[in-house]
Amino acid sequence: MFCSAVQGEFGRLKRAERFVLRSSALLQTQKARTCLSEVNLSNKIPNVFRSCLLSCFFLCFSPSLLTSYRYVTVVGKHPRYKIAVFLHICGFGDRVSGPPRFQPLGARALSLTAAQSSAEAPPARADSTFKVTMVPGDGVGPELMTAVKEVFKAGDVPVEFEEFHLSEVQNMASEDKLDQVLTSMKGNRVAIKGKIHTPMEYKGELASYEMRLRRKLDLFANVVHVNSLPGYNTRHNNLDLVIIREQTEGEYSSLEHESVKGVIECLKIITREKSRRIAKFAFDYATKKGRKKVTAVHKANIMKLGDGLFLQSCAEIAELYPKIKYENIIIDNCCMQLVQNPYQFDVLVMPNLYGNIIDNLAAGLVGGAGVVPGESYSAEYAVFETGARHPFAQAVGRNIANPTAMLLSAANMLRHLNLEYHSNMVSEAVKKVIKQGKVRTRDLGGYSTTSDFVRAVVANLRYRPV
Amino acid sequence: YPPLTTIPPPAKYGGRHTVTLIPGDGIGPELLTHVRELFRFCCVPVDFEIVSIDSKSTSDDDMNNAITAIRRNGVALKGNIETNHNLPPSHISRNNILRTSLDLYANVIHCQTLPGVRTRHRDVDIIIIRENTEGEYSSLEHENVPGVVECLKIITRKKSLRIAEYAFNAARQNGRRRVTAVHKANIMKLGDGLFLQCCKEVAAGYPEITFDSMIVDNTTMQLVSKPQQFDVMVMPNLYGSVISNVCAGLVGGPGLVPGANYGKDYAVFETATRNTGKSIANKNIANPTATLLASCLMLDHLRLHGYASMIRKAILATVSETRLHTADLGGQGTTSEVVQSVMREIESKGPRTSEQI
Repeated sequence: MFCSAVQGEFGRLKRAERFVLRSSALLQTQKARTCLSEVNLSNKIPNVFRSCLLSCFFLCFSPSLLTSYRYVTVVGKHPRYKIAVFLHICGFGDRVSGPPRFQPLGARALSLTAAQSSAEAPPARADSTFKVTMVPGDGVGPELMTAVKEVFKAGDVPVEFEEFHLSEVQNMASEDKLDQVLTSMKGNRVAIKGKIHTPMEYKGELASYEMRLRRKLDLFANVVHVNSLPGYNTRHNNLDLVIIREQTEGEYSSLEHESVKGVIECLKIITREKSRRIAKFAFDYATKKGRKKVTAVHKANIMKLGDGLFLQSCAEIAELYPKIKYENIIIDNCCMQLVQNPYQFDVLVMPNLYGNIIDNLAAGLVGGAGVVPGESYSAEYAVFETGARHPFAQAVGRNIANPTAMLLSAANMLRHLNLEYHSNMVSEAVKKVIKQGKVRTRDLGGYSTTSDFVRAVVANLRYRPV
Repeated sequence: YPPLTTIPPPAKYGGRHTVTLIPGDGIGPELLTHVRELFRFCCVPVDFEIVSIDSKSTSDDDMNNAITAIRRNGVALKGNIETNHNLPPSHISRNNILRTSLDLYANVIHCQTLPGVRTRHRDVDIIIIRENTEGEYSSLEHENVPGVVECLKIITRKKSLRIAEYAFNAARQNGRRRVTAVHKANIMKLGDGLFLQCCKEVAAGYPEITFDSMIVDNTTMQLVSKPQQFDVMVMPNLYGSVISNVCAGLVGGPGLVPGANYGKDYAVFETATRNTGKSIANKNIANPTATLLASCLMLDHLRLHGYASMIRKAILATVSETRLHTADLGGQGTTSEVVQSVMREIESKGPRTSEQI
C-alpha cells in the first residue's frame, strides 16, 4: 500500500528517521492494523513534501478514521517532527464543524458512546420474565453458572438465560461467536459471565476476547464490592470497600510494537474524557450508596503526564461533589496500607492496571477470588461477574470451586433488574450458609464440594414455590 | 453562582439514569413520593437523588447543594419551594435562583383539554413558551426615596432572541402554524418593544409560520372567550406567569398541567402553575396528574419514550373516569386512589418482557 511504497522508495536513505503514527482508534480496526503506520522518511526531504506525504497518508486512512474519531499523534525521534496532528485539520467534515443551527435544549449527551446506543428497550414490567445473556467462559465458569441456574430455579426467579459458549483457548474461538454474543448482550442489556481466559502466546491478536467485548460494549467501569463475609474470619474483619476501575484504556490499550529489534514499546493511553467519565462514575456511585470518601490511586510521581491527567480529571469532578471527601494515594503506598490498615479506604478509583492489582489484593483480604462479586457498567449495559477474574483451570471437574462470588454477583444482577425481593433472598441465603459455617468449600477451609454448597443455599432460600 | 466551565459526563450507568429530585414544600413531597412509587412499579430505569431544601433556613447551602446536584445529573424533577414574603428582600425566591443559575431560559407549558375532564371550553391546544430568566423576575428593586420603590424590569436583546428562536423552532418541530407574541409594547415601548422586535426578526427566518402579536389585556380576554384561536404563544416572564395560569384554568386547573424548564445543558420538570399547595398538603386530596405528567415529560427528555407513553396512556385513562376525579375537578377521589388506578391500568395493558422476544 501507500506506506510500503514510501518505505520502498526512501528506505535506503541513511539516517532514516522514523515516524510512527499511532491512533488508538485505527489500531482497533483489524484492517487498519494490517497497514500499520510505519513510515521511514529521511530528514533530507523538505518540510513541505513531508507535510504533503502526511496529509496524503491521513486521507488514505479516511474510511476507517471516519468511523471513530480520536486524536492521532505523530511521534518522531527528532524534536522538530514531534507534531500532534488532529483529525479536524484534515477536514473530516460535519462531525467537527460547529454545532447545528438549533441545539435541542437541555441536551447533554446521554451517553458518551452515542454511536453505540441501540434502540430503546421496550418497557419492562414488574411481573414479567427478564432475559439475560450468559457466557460461562473457561475453567470453572460453567460449574459456577450451573450453580447460579440451580439456585434461580429453586428460588423461582423470573430470569431466563441465553447461553453462549465463547472461548479463546478451547476450539470455539470465532468472530461469529463474538458477534452473536455482542448482539445478544446489546439486546438484553444485562449479562452474567465467567472469565474468558486469555492465552499468553501472541497469536496475532493483541486484544483478548474479553478486552474486545469490553470495548465494543464500552464497559468502562468495573465495580468490585469487597465486603467481609459475616461468619468467616480473616485477618481483617468488617471490611467494606468498593473498588472502581477504568476498564477500557490505560495499560490495556493493546498497543504494542517492536520498533527496533529487541526493544518493545507498550503504550499506556490515558485520555481526559475517559478519566472524567470514570471519576464521575466513582463519585456518583459514592453519592448513591452514601459513601463518604473517594480515593484516587495513581503513580503520578513517575508517570507525570499520564497519571497526572487522571488525577487532574478526578480533582475537577470532585469539585461537583462537595459532600464527598476526595483524596489520592500512590499505588505502592496504597498496597501497603491495604494490607496494614484497609479500614481507612472507602471507595477507590483508579486506571486499569492498578485496578486489576488492587481488585485481587482486596479480594485476598476478605477470603479470595471465590468470595468477591463484581460488575461492569457502561452507559447502556451492565455485565455481572466475579470480582477477581480467574478461570481456575486446576479445579475443573473436581467440584471444588466456591460459587459464593458468582451467586452474590447474580444477586446484584437481580437488584439491577429491580427484582429486590429475589435479590435479597439469594444473597441472604448465601450469607446464612457461610455464617453457619457447616458447609464450606476448600478455599474457605472446609471440605464441602460446590454441589454441597449449592444444595445448602437452596435449602436456605426463604421462598418456597407452591 | 460561578458558571461551570465544562460539562461533566452524563450520569447514565448500566442503562439507568440518575435524576435529581427536589421535594419542595406543601404537596410536593407527597406527590413526588407517588412518582417514585410509580416508577418502581413500572421498572423505569431512573434512580432519584433526593435533595431536600429547607425553606425555613436563611442560609444558601441547601440551594447550592441542589444546584450542584442538578449540574451533576443534568435533569431534575421538582416540587415548588415556598418563598416567605415576610423575609427581607435580599432573600430571593429559591425557585428563581434555581432558574437563573442554571440558565433555564425556556418554560414550556402545553395546555390541552383532556378527554374526560369537563371544561367550559373544548379543543384547547396551546403551547406557551415563557422566558424564564429575566423580565420582571430580575429581583432588582430598590427604594431611593422613602415611600418610592423602583422595580426594574430587564429585557435584553440576547435573551429575547434566544427565547424567540426556541419558540419558532418548537413550533416548527411540532408542526404548528402560528406563533403569537404577547406583550404590552404600547406602554413599555422600549422594553416590550425590543422583545417584539426580536420576535419579528426571528419570524423572518420561518416563512411557513405565521407570526402575530397581541397585547396582554386583549390576550387574556380572548383566552377566556375564544381560546381555540391560539396555537403557540411566546412572551416575557410576568405575562407568561399570568397567561400560563389562565390557560391551565381553562383546561381543568392547576392539578392537570405539567411544565418543563429547559436550558442549554439542563432540564427541570415541575407542574405548570408552580403551586405549593400548603392548604391541601398531606391530606391525600391533591391531584397528582400534573406531577405524574411532568415525570412523563422527563422520561421523554431522557429518551425513554416507551415508558413515557405507557404511563401517559394510563394517566389519561384514569383522568377520564369521573369517579376518580379529585376535589379540584369536582369529584371526591383521593390522591392514592388515582395513583393506584394508574398502576392498575399499566398492569393490565402494559407489555410483558417475554412477549417481546
